[in-house]
Amino acid sequence: MAARASAPRKGSSPVETDKSARVSEKGAVVAEALCRSYGAVKALKGISFAARPGEIFGIIGPDGAGKTTLFRILATLLVQDSGSASVAGLDTVREYRKIRTLVGYMPGRFSLYQDLTVRENLDFFASVFGTTVESNRALVEDIYAQIEPFENRRAGALSGGMKQKLALCCALIHKPEVLFLDEPTTGVDPVSRREFWDMLARLRLAGLCVLVSTPYMDEASLCDRVAFMKDGRFLALETPGTIASRFEGELFSVRGASTSRLLGELRAVPGVVSCYAFGESNHVTAARGSHTAESLAAALLGSGHRAVAVERIEPGMEDCFMNLAGRDAP
Amino acid sequence: MSDAIKATGLTKRFGSFTAVDHISFTVAEGEIFGFLGANGAGKTTAMRILSGLSKPTEGDALVAGLDVKRDSERIKKTIGYMSQKFALYDDLTVRENIKLYAGIYGVPRALIRPRTDELLARLGFLAEGDARVSSLPLGWKQKLAFSVSVFHDPKVVFLDEPTGGVDPAARRQFWELIYEVVDRGITVFVTTHYMDEAEYCDRVSIMVDGRIAALDRPSELKAAYGEPTMDGVFRSIARSAKRKGD
Repeated sequence: MAARASAPRKGSSPVETDKSARVSEKGAVVAEALCRSYGAVKALKGISFAARPGEIFGIIGPDGAGKTTLFRILATLLVQDSGSASVAGLDTVREYRKIRTLVGYMPGRFSLYQDLTVRENLDFFASVFGTTVESNRALVEDIYAQIEPFENRRAGALSGGMKQKLALCCALIHKPEVLFLDEPTTGVDPVSRREFWDMLARLRLAGLCVLVSTPYMDEASLCDRVAFMKDGRFLALETPGTIASRFEGELFSVRGASTSRLLGELRAVPGVVSCYAFGESNHVTAARGSHTAESLAAALLGSGHRAVAVERIEPGMEDCFMNLAGRDAP
Repeated sequence: MSDAIKATGLTKRFGSFTAVDHISFTVAEGEIFGFLGANGAGKTTAMRILSGLSKPTEGDALVAGLDVKRDSERIKKTIGYMSQKFALYDDLTVRENIKLYAGIYGVPRALIRPRTDELLARLGFLAEGDARVSSLPLGWKQKLAFSVSVFHDPKVVFLDEPTGGVDPAARRQFWELIYEVVDRGITVFVTTHYMDEAEYCDRVSIMVDGRIAALDRPSELKAAYGEPTMDGVFRSIARSAKRKGD
């Protein structure tokens, strides 16, 4: 363990040089072995990554994975137990004041002033950062246009989707270099979620580094790179395409008359590693080389299923998450 | 009585705003009925009426044969309810939570203990019976909350986004529990934002602007809209919405 930890740190390995170059880059976010506990609960168990400007960096994981703790440290609202982090080359502990002027943060819980109107909230956030809505209007233009009709409505009386858009405007009004979005789409319906991601894609074009967390696996494929997070650790950190290519085993889709009955029987087939319901089919992971679509179908027909359709498929993000999480399990 | 739920022209207005606009549907006994819709389509309002928490402005609904206007108190005892937002008391132990809910729903005292043991054994939670709920992982909490909501053998259980935020494997284990209670004859009325879960329902309705825009088996809806997945069906229907947001 000691050897593994010390080897890359000593000397001037190319990895090290590359990292220090990135640290000074405008708008970059770097974490090095971040750890944080709450009493006996280890919320972060050594998180390291470097997110680049103009990148949508997704942190994908279920509730309790540690996503919010990570965001709070990066946004300088919480101090880590060990490890370090920098935003735009500034240390999150020593230079937190400067960082706060450079980042926009949208916490998971709606945290604007409910008794102020839409416009008042926006003016307030602009003035706190010593700027005006007018001077930064261009960045928020297409988002603000959607809430402008309700400019005089109190924020507390807005619908969920509108609150989310106002919160994003407020987080952007001072032209931040980095945007932290903690679960902006949780509880939001699929259509509104897609609209929100379209907005993020436009912000990326403006050169912002966007760190966004979500429990929805389908949103992982919309990020430039994704970190799958579970129990305080990253299970993987790759582009969505690379994550899919690292899937362990072979994936099949199995359809039959009774999805729930198939589930139990598939799990009993030798060579089958896992089996989960996926919409109207079952996704079956078999050890590499252990099965073909034909051999799986034959195994099921043997146990009395009359019509099953088995097909070899490419894994989606959710398949990949379960694959990684399963491998990780004790 | 073969319908677990029967709504006829059910309507709810708040001032000049019609949150639920003349919806009519039936849910058969033992069915898994998915109640879908965009944020703000009126799902929560409709669900509140069906669970006896709110009275309709117009129209009627029967839940387990009881009238939502006249028998709302009896409805509350006849149904189970679980929501992602509120499930169990964090500061009570697993057993204390079960005892509390069982007591509220009038499960006879003599039955609570043996049924609790049986439930914990079935869930594989026997060792955690005296652990505080706050110490359990979210996936376990959700499974426990669901089991508690059907502890009194309700006729119908209402699940309001039961799997939000839960990890993918736990989400699927949760659905396996849903199938088990359906086998006990309980009717399941569920809302979700995960479209793959819509596929696990016997039938789904999709609400748009207070009305039911579509209602059928998932396979029929996909065929009718020419979409390969329920996500596609949902998008093509919800796109027609005029209302925005929650």
